[in-house]
Amino acid sequence: MSTLEIKDLHVSIETEQGVKEILKGVTLTVKTGETHAIMGPNGSGKSTLASTIAGHPRYTVTSGTITLDGEDVLAMSVDERARAGLFLAMQYPVEVPGVTMTNFLRTAKTAIDGKAPAIRTWTKEVKEAMAQLRIDADFAQRNVNEGFSGGEKKRVEILQLELFKPKFAVLDETDSGLDVDALKVVSEGVNRAQAEGNMGTLLITHYTRILRYIKPEFVHVFVDGKIAEQGGPELADRLEEEGYDRYLAGAGSAVQASI
Amino acid sequence: MTGITEEATKDGARIGAPSIEGFTEEGESLSPTPVVTGPLGGAASKSHSHGGGYGIPDSSRAGRLTSYRLADFPELKGTEEEWRFTPLRRLGGLHKDALDGAAPAVVVEAPESVRVETVGRDDSRVGSAGIPEDRVSANAWAHFADATVVTIPAGAELEERISVNLTGAGLAASAQHVVIVAEEGARAVVVLNHEGQAVVSENVEIVVGDRADLTLVTLQEWTDDSIHVSSQQVKVGREAKIKHVSVSLGGSLVRLTPTVRFAEPGGEAQVFGLYFADAGQHLEHRTFVDHAQPNCISNVLFKGALQGKDAHTVWVGDVLIQKQAEGTDSYEKNQNLVLTDGCRADSVPNLEIETGLIAGAGHASATGRFDDEHLFYLMARGIPEDVARRLVVRGFLHEIIQKIGVPSIEEHLVEAVERELEAGDN
Repeated sequence: MSTLEIKDLHVSIETEQGVKEILKGVTLTVKTGETHAIMGPNGSGKSTLASTIAGHPRYTVTSGTITLDGEDVLAMSVDERARAGLFLAMQYPVEVPGVTMTNFLRTAKTAIDGKAPAIRTWTKEVKEAMAQLRIDADFAQRNVNEGFSGGEKKRVEILQLELFKPKFAVLDETDSGLDVDALKVVSEGVNRAQAEGNMGTLLITHYTRILRYIKPEFVHVFVDGKIAEQGGPELADRLEEEGYDRYLAGAGSAVQASI
Repeated sequence: MTGITEEATKDGARIGAPSIEGFTEEGESLSPTPVVTGPLGGAASKSHSHGGGYGIPDSSRAGRLTSYRLADFPELKGTEEEWRFTPLRRLGGLHKDALDGAAPAVVVEAPESVRVETVGRDDSRVGSAGIPEDRVSANAWAHFADATVVTIPAGAELEERISVNLTGAGLAASAQHVVIVAEEGARAVVVLNHEGQAVVSENVEIVVGDRADLTLVTLQEWTDDSIHVSSQQVKVGREAKIKHVSVSLGGSLVRLTPTVRFAEPGGEAQVFGLYFADAGQHLEHRTFVDHAQPNCISNVLFKGALQGKDAHTVWVGDVLIQKQAEGTDSYEKNQNLVLTDGCRADSVPNLEIETGLIAGAGHASATGRFDDEHLFYLMARGIPEDVARRLVVRGFLHEIIQKIGVPSIEEHLVEAVERELEAGDN
């Protein structure tokens, strides 16, 4: 049983107009086995939270803490966080020149586990996971994300999630840009990983569509860098019907101006 | 190419001079071009040309002056098309001084059947594969003391590779001449190991006899202060194969110009290159494949990595498919990977096609950056920064290393690339 604890997190970025605060005090606790959906309008800070957990250098934590089973995540480098068990499925996975998927997956798995995976079982595991996600076998020999479509990139993110077996997965708008079939395939992958019982999930999404396939126990609504409301799955149903308008009316122009 | 030149190709017409008063190859001119001082006259004209240039306009790669005589080449200004990327100040005088320093010592390791000779400049094999195409090459031709000739006899199929070790021992400007002859039907791997400290202009002539199959690897692993300009000209016989691989890692300035000419139909050329430029290094490769014969195949692939302040690489790839070269299949590509700020990679693919009756002709160039987003992606998967950087470079350069097909050299290069990466970490 692990716990990812975020307390009063404030995060800012540097823009051409100066330093801008994006997260204005976020507190959230995720435990193994739980699925939390983070929803909210564009620019409310959802993706900033995801990138900050992973340690993207663009984001500066000005105050607050993130701990994983009591360990200070903010003191860890990006790779240390991944090895500690945090995984970010990225919204825009980059293409990495010169590195084949096969080589990349093996290198990452070796880094995360601290030892190289047994070749025979690993190759089989990768093949099976790719087949389940309907990723063509020849992708293994292609360079990481190079020439992949948007949907293929997202599937490859979930492939890594299934293979690396993190303690906590943060899915940053994994559903955006997916057609219905791809959305199902990707959701099944997340559900398989979650069903193993050793992972907690932070599902970041703008739309309620993915929540038909991945069922969260907790829903948090982000508005203007803060959690404006939280509840159970029924909150998602309400958002489906009402949208985010009633939050925006209160937040005013500040939301429009944020990134 | 353009039809303008046909007028200038009449028998007896002097190339470069207007054959019709008032007209030059460039078009109409209001006054006749002065024969000596004009842009197409004097030393810059092709009147001394011994090869290719006849009847082909000045802008064509084939139109470049070729001559054994240094005096035929005008002094370099640095603005010439073929020198515009090269810092002449860093050439160590190779383009203007007498090259009378001691040339790198030559030691050849070869199986018994291979003939290794040291010959004078009057030997018939000297000049059998190429004529200097630029002033630095001609300067070496003017000054080399003796030439090393390595001959793989007809029909020999060598399993063991031939090593030609060229070891420099000082910075006095020098001239070197090497001739490699693979006789009819011979099959061999030859490695030119350029090591030590040198300032040298080198001509390498490579004759690939009919149906011969030669792999030639030229390794540049000089000291950091070395300067090396090497013109490597390959003449490919009927249905013969050449695999030419340039690997440039060490040296202050290295400028290699591998040229492949098909002398007979049915030849095949693979021209590969790998370079890794560190801070301050200038590594330049200019390839030229001259499809002068029908039904030949060529494939050029150069890949380079750059790291550190003022690391500079240049690749210029010329492919000329002449009118008579029907059935040609050619491709050329250059890819660069920029690892840090402050680097510069120039990449210029040039393709001239004079006949439409070809199987294929293509060119490509791409220069990419390994940036913070790549690094973040790999690190977010648990991979430490130094491993991530190596993973990318190794994977990128491995494509060339794999193509060499000689395991001992491949291992050596993998290690050499690792050393370059370690140097970059400091």
